[in-house]
Amino acid sequence: MDINTLSVLMGLTVLGAASGVLGAFALLRRKALLSDTLAHATLPGVCLAYLMGGKQMGWLLMGAFVSGLVGIGAVSVITRRSRLKEDAALAITLSVFFGFGMVLLTGIQRWGDGHQSGLDRFLFGQAAALLPHEVLHLTLACLLILMVVSILFKEFALLCFDRAYAQVLGLPVAVLDALLMGLIALIVVLGLQSAGALLMVALMITPAAAARLWTHRLSAMVGLSVLFGMLTAIGGVLVSAFYGRLPTGPVMVLLASGLFFASLVLRRQ
Amino acid sequence: MIDWQSTLWVLIAGGLVATSCALVGCWLLLRRMALLGDAISHAVLPGIVLAFWLTGSRAPLPMLLGAGAVGMVSTALIQWLSQRRFIKPDAAMGITFTALFALGVLLISRYSGQVDLDLDCVLYGEIAYVPWDVWMVGERVLGPRAVWTLSGVLMLTLLLTIWLYKELLVSTFDPVYAQVAGIPTRMVYHLLMAAVALVVVASFEVVGAILVLAFLVVPPATALLISRRLPMMILVSITCGWLAVLLGYVSAHLLDVSITGSMATVSGGLFGLTLLATGLRAQTHRAGGDAGGKS
Repeated sequence: MDINTLSVLMGLTVLGAASGVLGAFALLRRKALLSDTLAHATLPGVCLAYLMGGKQMGWLLMGAFVSGLVGIGAVSVITRRSRLKEDAALAITLSVFFGFGMVLLTGIQRWGDGHQSGLDRFLFGQAAALLPHEVLHLTLACLLILMVVSILFKEFALLCFDRAYAQVLGLPVAVLDALLMGLIALIVVLGLQSAGALLMVALMITPAAAARLWTHRLSAMVGLSVLFGMLTAIGGVLVSAFYGRLPTGPVMVLLASGLFFASLVLRRQ
Repeated sequence: MIDWQSTLWVLIAGGLVATSCALVGCWLLLRRMALLGDAISHAVLPGIVLAFWLTGSRAPLPMLLGAGAVGMVSTALIQWLSQRRFIKPDAAMGITFTALFALGVLLISRYSGQVDLDLDCVLYGEIAYVPWDVWMVGERVLGPRAVWTLSGVLMLTLLLTIWLYKELLVSTFDPVYAQVAGIPTRMVYHLLMAAVALVVVASFEVVGAILVLAFLVVPPATALLISRRLPMMILVSITCGWLAVLLGYVSAHLLDVSITGSMATVSGGLFGLTLLATGLRAQTHRAGGDAGGKS
């Protein structure tokens, strides 16, 4: 196994672990599909960042992150200010942000200097092309996420299971919620660029849903979800390393769903 | 110099997409399944690849059938999963569509040598090419193929909506009563899903897999904000859809940017303005909005 494969393996494993943790909370908060909306809502931010200040990766990621946060804000405004429900708000935000992103993207291609190559790849990242510094970013983000979650584990748990009680206890529910959403946005943006939208959505939902089938305890569910996420990543990288022509991302998605369906069958009774 | 004839075809294709999407989108929105359009439009990818692989052409009928079949399978799978314990509908949707889409991408990459099917084409669609892909019978040119397909699908959707209006209405607003009254709710659900799958598949060749959602959800959502009765809601959402198509096309032309992208943006703009107008008006007598998230 060469150094490239090793770095991809490590990066994706870390990504799988981090999204396993946050995916579990997202699932319980009924925000499973938020990652889908987030992934698509980053496009206008990437384009605007490019238009405002060049194509440095950190800057583009920042644009994506801010745009994702604006998307989350839009979802919350729509559900609060109208009789539309969460699913409608997610769908509206996803499609309108993405449409606006397409406008900007084509705008950059047609009015600009033509050095936009890679911008449209941003959403559909290549898992096989994780660079060492991206692995470093992922690892740092994952550590940050693990740290925050382990400090605020009880608070997040209350937020998911009994929001009203959390409020009565005097917890800053809105702040905690925003923090959780911010962390989700962070991991989706980082994963997006290295793994692609589809893989990010699958990594956020499928391992957590599989873990939910095995246990009723939150800590066990988070642990299992992390384990499933990491297994998915390792399996995906190994399979695509052996069968050279198979792309890593889709293989990982299929492995994750395989794990999910296996759990479903095993836990039927 | 503007080519009026192809402009007209593009607008007609866009309008047809907007109309069929609004017709089925209203029901999806009211049933709280707004994201299903997105799920289906991704999930049908393996169906398209298989149809393409079996027939070796991009003829619309096999593609529609293949994609429609996989679309039906995916909605059945989503429903089956949602009925399991500990699996919420949103998770069921996410798992199903990512798995099927991944399968489609794998199939494409596996046979990329033999299959001339571009993933970008599926994801983004290109409405500007509509006038150039014409349907020929012998020597005669019968107009763009997409317009024919879309008209057929619109007819089917229209028939379904008229034929099953009462059943759809009752099973959407009061599923328990519907069951008691002997309405075959399951059948109605599956027919609606078949219609959604058909509409999505026929549309996304033109507007792309992701922006189908902008046509399917945003105009009905705008309509829901201002109308109290269902027939009104359907009419308003068709109108919003057409407005988005027309204004979007004009602004895309002026700015020289993505046509479907600006249609979606205009649609979002209309929604935003409506939300601003109605939200400000209703703000005073609204209680906490996110209490009603049951499913």
